[in-house]
Amino acid sequence: MRHRWTGLAYVAPALAFVLVFTVYPLGRMIWLSLHEWSLIAEPHFIGLENFRTAFSDRQFWVSFLFTLEYTALITPVLIVGGYLLALLTASASRVRAIARTIIFVPVVIGLGVSSLLWYWLFSTDFGVINRILLDLGVVDQPVLWLGVDAGTSNSAISVSVVWKVIGFGMILFVGAIQAIPTEITEASLVDGAGYLQRVGRVILPLTMRTVLLVTLVSVIGSLLAFDQFYIMTAGQPQNETATSVFFVYLNSFPYLKLGYGAALSLILAATILAFTVVQLVLTRRSEA
Amino acid sequence: MNRRTGFLVAAGCVAISTIMLLPLVYSMLASIKPAAEAAATPPTYLPHGISLDSYRRLWDYQEGLLTYLGNSLGAAVLTIVLTLLLTVPAGYALARFPIPGKELIFIVLLLSLIVPYQALLTPMFLMFAKIGLTNSAIGLAVLHTTIQLPFSLYILRNSFAAVPRETEEAAVMDGAGSLQTLLRIFIPPTVPAVVTVTLFAFIASWNEFLGALVMMSAGERFTLPVILATARTETSLGGTDWGMLQAGVTISIIPCVLVYLLLQRYYMAGLMSGAVK
Repeated sequence: MRHRWTGLAYVAPALAFVLVFTVYPLGRMIWLSLHEWSLIAEPHFIGLENFRTAFSDRQFWVSFLFTLEYTALITPVLIVGGYLLALLTASASRVRAIARTIIFVPVVIGLGVSSLLWYWLFSTDFGVINRILLDLGVVDQPVLWLGVDAGTSNSAISVSVVWKVIGFGMILFVGAIQAIPTEITEASLVDGAGYLQRVGRVILPLTMRTVLLVTLVSVIGSLLAFDQFYIMTAGQPQNETATSVFFVYLNSFPYLKLGYGAALSLILAATILAFTVVQLVLTRRSEA
Repeated sequence: MNRRTGFLVAAGCVAISTIMLLPLVYSMLASIKPAAEAAATPPTYLPHGISLDSYRRLWDYQEGLLTYLGNSLGAAVLTIVLTLLLTVPAGYALARFPIPGKELIFIVLLLSLIVPYQALLTPMFLMFAKIGLTNSAIGLAVLHTTIQLPFSLYILRNSFAAVPRETEEAAVMDGAGSLQTLLRIFIPPTVPAVVTVTLFAFIASWNEFLGALVMMSAGERFTLPVILATARTETSLGGTDWGMLQAGVTISIIPCVLVYLLLQRYYMAGLMSGAVK
């Protein structure tokens, strides 16, 4: 009935686009990672030297470990917090629907823009957060939140990102909780199970796949963090708060070590790929 | 649930909603403080006076606010157009046509799902520099389209696949060509999916930071978030212009929040069906 080439003609533009703007750069990245190049001289082949450099580069490990630290700090807060908010707002009532809408608002604004907002809120002398803490007598000196100490910066930035993205997990958890057939929840009510028992025995087990999925999405997002650190600390002090993507950016653009930047990109892509494959397998399974 | 619990839950919802909104409201209030008050230390809680000075300073900042708004909007509109031009026909074909090597093609099209664009930025920049796509709205839109393409294709393909076979067959019987069938039979029931794709493409492009920072190096090409980021560390006489910065934040936020509130249903549909982002 349908000519097989017709379909191909419809797919062709998208396919050509992906081949030129995704597949080719991917190949180019692999090629670059095996070369040394600073735009000035000709690129020359150095084999796996860039990777060897990376693994012995202290700054590479500092950025990698810092990114892991940030991910470890923020993920549990996002997942547990998002789930608690979902439990609070999951059932149908006007107040809860409005609360869900409001909690989700920061998700749709830009991470760069929200980082600019929190950069100001956390400012030492001009920020309202220090003013509140001073007025309440919690601290007696303005706190240097950003760019002075890596741990303090990490906590402050985590607060801003939790505010920004907690609604994402909440909405998906609400969807999963609402998808539980009412017979099941009602049956547990007949058993006389208290609310906490119902959450632990019925709701949580039945929404576990969504919890895993959101955890993976959050972890991938955190491992790729850039905007909030570029804007709120600019990597200070001494690049201690430069994340992995930040480190790739520094080497590729300001420093113009293109081969090295490509090798770092490749290491990053491989790390993300491992997590993404798990995520896609889970998604496929949840569709089945 | 008894009345007391119900009341507590409602109170919790109100408290959390207030906390979530405070930073946004406070930023908007700061943007209408008079210049001296916006630069005060310690900062005031509520504005003592109201003035549009910060917006005036933003309007005239460097190349002018309209330039940066235009750059952001231009990239976003082109991203929407490009994404739809590529994914509507491709989604239609993948949903309804026999294609040689269909599985493989679909996997290739979803490739950027598993390769984050942050990792491809270095080779992309080199390629764009060579073909003149740096410092260009089209170039930035191309980058943003590579990010949006898998999600859009996935949503549209599923939407086209849900169109009943009978209506399609009737159109084919009447001698309608494949393009006519697409426009007359397939597009009308999939308008919601097209709205979802458009909405996500707009928000993603409008908010994207790293790519815009790398691809647009000329000052007059900066997008709104990039110029605000450079303004944050300006060491002029008075230091950072906090009032102007919050005016910029307010202007950046308003379009996103508005389209989200107006098209919430479509946004949630996209989130639920394609949480693979």
